[in-house]
Amino acid sequence: MELRILAPTGALGAGFDADALARGLAARPDVIACDAGSTDSGPAALGSGIPKLSAQAVTRDLRLLLTARYQLGVPLIIGSCGTSGRDAGVDQVASLTRAIATEEHLHFKLGLIYADQPARRLKDLYDTGRIQPLANAPEIDRELFERGHTVAMMGVEPLQEALRKGCDVILAGRASDTALFAALPQMRGADPGLTWHMAKTIECGAACAIPPSANGLLATLRDDHFDVTTLAAGTRLTPRSVAAHTLYENADPYHVAEPSGVLDTTEATYEPVDERTVRVRGARYLPADDYTNKLEGAELVGYQTVIIGGVRDRVVIDALPKLLPTAGRYFDAKILDVFNGEVDPADIDIDYRLYGAGAVLTGSEPDPLTPRELGVLITVTAPDQETAHAIATFVAHASSHLPIAEYDGLVSTLAYPYSPPEMDRGALYRFTLNHVATGVTPTELFRTVTEEL
Amino acid sequence: MTTLLDYCSLIRSKNAGPFTLTLDFMCHDRTAYDALIATGFLNKNLFATLYGTTPDQILLVHHPLALAVKVSLPRPTVQGGPHDTDCYAGQQYAPLMDMEIA
Repeated sequence: MELRILAPTGALGAGFDADALARGLAARPDVIACDAGSTDSGPAALGSGIPKLSAQAVTRDLRLLLTARYQLGVPLIIGSCGTSGRDAGVDQVASLTRAIATEEHLHFKLGLIYADQPARRLKDLYDTGRIQPLANAPEIDRELFERGHTVAMMGVEPLQEALRKGCDVILAGRASDTALFAALPQMRGADPGLTWHMAKTIECGAACAIPPSANGLLATLRDDHFDVTTLAAGTRLTPRSVAAHTLYENADPYHVAEPSGVLDTTEATYEPVDERTVRVRGARYLPADDYTNKLEGAELVGYQTVIIGGVRDRVVIDALPKLLPTAGRYFDAKILDVFNGEVDPADIDIDYRLYGAGAVLTGSEPDPLTPRELGVLITVTAPDQETAHAIATFVAHASSHLPIAEYDGLVSTLAYPYSPPEMDRGALYRFTLNHVATGVTPTELFRTVTEEL
Repeated sequence: MTTLLDYCSLIRSKNAGPFTLTLDFMCHDRTAYDALIATGFLNKNLFATLYGTTPDQILLVHHPLALAVKVSLPRPTVQGGPHDTDCYAGQQYAPLMDMEIA
């Protein structure tokens, strides 16, 4: 048996070299797959439904892939559409797909798999004890599902169902990155351990190449091994670079959880075939007793207005960290006064980050720093944008005249690069879930529709 | 004295989901990897102290084929929350790089 799987890019819309794609297509892959999303960029895409990457960039990549797929007559599978894999993201990429199909005169069966989870279903799962926490999960209550937006992460099964229905192009909502590459080989009877390991290796495109690139990888899956080949010109693969990819964005490189079980790479081996190809053997797949779908949720925290300033005066730099608690108490009183008690200071968060003095590591910065200049990022978070903005205006004003004990008279403490200094940032979302739904069938949380283009 | 960076060709930190921080220490070669492991410098107590957690919350894995040590622990703040300063967790490793190892 031999199956070839093409991963043309690490993410739809990230861009890739058309020549690298052509090299992959020349190998006549059996399936082309890539993901279009991630939680790494933060909760905003899931909370708001607004994708991270532009429609222009996604269209550029999608046009190349849809055309390539059409020429080869093989399935194209794209997962986590619209960054978060919300229904809105699937619909956005579907709309781009339809436009490209019309422009390029492409005809195919399109499958759309939706992953949004209605609050009622989540409450039912919760009430029957079928939502279980994963490592480091936050506490949840059943009202959470009303407040936020939740998607479930699909495994291979909904994708395989769409493939069986004859879909040529599958646009999936939130999906395990690896499932996109594993779905077709497993349907064709490939070894599950090798298949999941292959999928894990290529899911980021050529991220494991030297040097890493946004370009693609080709995997060739056989009975007792798979070969992984880099497609980008001027890049190579080594046993170590491929082995190291199991570490990436993953807590445990030896045990990678999937909805139906765990990929165990403990016994995996990696050997060079040539400069561009590494042969991998030995991974095992341990099926789980219970099928689970991971849940991802995001909820609105509030609205933000930000102010950027800077300090160069060393006396002010020394004094500023000590002044901020005093400033906080002053602003609490000012909020009560300005809003006639209608805004509770407890609902307002005013945050100062002193860039240059340990802002990135905050509390865990072990070395005291001695900056010559300090960047000051002030963030006001409030229940609505109007309130955040109104508070930010007096926070900016007062912060530029904080009293410094060493100086007499009205002090000028901050440099503001912009006028006005306040910038409305919009909604702030936070992740709410790191849980799984248990006791579910592999497809019941997902909804598939098909159409002929 | 040598620093952790002297042993490594890459040190990085990333999110492993919104609630977990993971750090990778990739060594220059087998000699550096074996030497780093032998020092015992990268241990759970070090990370518990630096990132405000307890040793039992920490996963520490040796990966000889990748010439890497991997450490995963609860994220100090929730990703993207009001007080998260490093949404991709891309700079959380920095205090370790210049630490001196006997």
